[in-house]
Amino acid sequence: MTAMPDAPGEARVVLEARGLSKRFGSVTALDGCDLEARAGEILAVIGDNGAGKSSLIKALSGALLPDTGTIQLDGVPVRFRHPRDARAAGIETVYQELALAPSLTIAENLFLGRELRRGGLAGRLMRLLDRPRMVREAAAQLEALGVAVRSPVQTVDTLSGGQRQGIAVARSAAFARHVVILDEPTAALGVRESAHVLDLIRRVRDRGLAVILISHNMPHVFDLADRLHIQRLGRRILFCPTGRLTPADAVAVMTGATVPGAP
Amino acid sequence: MTTGALGVPAGTGTPWLSRVGPLVALLVACAFFATQSPRFLAAGNFSLILQQVMVVGVLAIGQTLVIVTAGIDLACGMVMALGAVTMSLLATQAGVPAPVAIGGGVALTTAFGALNGLLVTRVALPPFIVTLGTMNVAFALTQLVTRSQSVTGLPDALTWLGTTVPVAGVPVALGTVGMLGAYGVAWLLLRETAAGRHLYAVGSHRDAARLAGIDTDRVLLGAYTLSGFCAGVAGLLAVARTGVGDPQAGQTENLDTVTAVVLGGTSLFGGRGVVLRTLVGALIVGVFRNGLTLMGVSSVYQVLVTGVLVILAVATDQWSRRRG
Repeated sequence: MTAMPDAPGEARVVLEARGLSKRFGSVTALDGCDLEARAGEILAVIGDNGAGKSSLIKALSGALLPDTGTIQLDGVPVRFRHPRDARAAGIETVYQELALAPSLTIAENLFLGRELRRGGLAGRLMRLLDRPRMVREAAAQLEALGVAVRSPVQTVDTLSGGQRQGIAVARSAAFARHVVILDEPTAALGVRESAHVLDLIRRVRDRGLAVILISHNMPHVFDLADRLHIQRLGRRILFCPTGRLTPADAVAVMTGATVPGAP
Repeated sequence: MTTGALGVPAGTGTPWLSRVGPLVALLVACAFFATQSPRFLAAGNFSLILQQVMVVGVLAIGQTLVIVTAGIDLACGMVMALGAVTMSLLATQAGVPAPVAIGGGVALTTAFGALNGLLVTRVALPPFIVTLGTMNVAFALTQLVTRSQSVTGLPDALTWLGTTVPVAGVPVALGTVGMLGAYGVAWLLLRETAAGRHLYAVGSHRDAARLAGIDTDRVLLGAYTLSGFCAGVAGLLAVARTGVGDPQAGQTENLDTVTAVVLGGTSLFGGRGVVLRTLVGALIVGVFRNGLTLMGVSSVYQVLVTGVLVILAVATDQWSRRRG
């Protein structure tokens, strides 16, 4: 099963992976896996446990180096050896439960690893932080994305799960130039908090970024995604616009009850 | 969305008790000892307390850096003693110029710190075990090179930081000024630089820090190496204060640093803490030692009191954190 042919006028393919494979001893996590993500679209990656979703995402975000296969970002071949490499290339990832340092403030978390330094000697020689500017820009960024918090100098451990997820998504949106990858962004959230995060994800897409969403939540997937990527046994077995399938069809393909392309 | 006061550092989430608690405890202790001994409040006595605190104070800076990363340095006191006798032996028996001797001692303690850091990061051993091991190694080396004898006959340059200058009629040791300066530098590093914030991030959530692109191994290595450097400086202060290279030094200081850090409200779980409050913690220990001595209380009770203080400090921290 391969990708549907491009219709004219469709969104540009930003991230394209071909034939990614990864083995851990006798276990094959990825077995010639393809992926395609387009600018201004949400691509949902769904699949049963053990289908290779995590390994695929890790390969795209630099947390795992595939044994074989190629990744192209905006048509240019890339090779990520470290999460830093992917971030530098413009791919931001929100990892489930692993996004933020709880004892730092919201502003410090937004700029974690990319702190702004003061100008002049204080910044260049003494490497002092420009805290007011980081707080200002954090506030502006959160406001632009509609993430409501009391103050950007609150520490993250004072926030609810939904607010934390909002901060993590806002950080990725603030720094991503091409792709935002979200790993189960609503898994730990209640109904109302999930709705906020889903809205936020739409706003990130509307900025023209390619969004890759990994989720087990079929209603969220069918609510949000422009395209579906169904992963099974380390491979993409189906790739199509969301409207072509019902949730029941998707689950049948995921679990192997239906084999796509079969008569 | 409302925005709080701009430029306010981390602290909104810090329980109020751990923010003001250490200072209140210090003031209460001072008030208590003032009622017990008329000599306690004399300006000269405060200068003495600062001198008594300066060795632990400098060591505790390094300990704070390490504990903020959710680690611990149990070796710092013994490494300090090794540094102290090394610079003393270099200056006396090897006959090298004093600045070179001092540099040699500090280089050795810094190398010990780096070794701790490498074992914690590259070999991925628990900090508790690593530093327990290097503590014993440093202690044994100290005894071997000195044959357990104090090194005497030191040149003036090694004891210069112990000399006092009169400030408003009160003798102030140069070393205490140095200690306060060191706290200023550490405060700036932790609060106002990216490297400082990365220490907190690593201690708060190591995986999150790594995935945010921080080289967590480098941060940890830096913390332990700086702790080794602090041990070298503290060794110089210990030599300056006592006038000898003492192979038995560092044994009370070792755990006193942990006491000072914990009394200062830094979390042993990492990610939280303010280095200036470690100074307050060290002063609490110093004030108790000094006050109990003035009251004529045996030093065994002083040890007992510091033990109770640590447990109280940790309990208070836990309690106020749970209640938010």
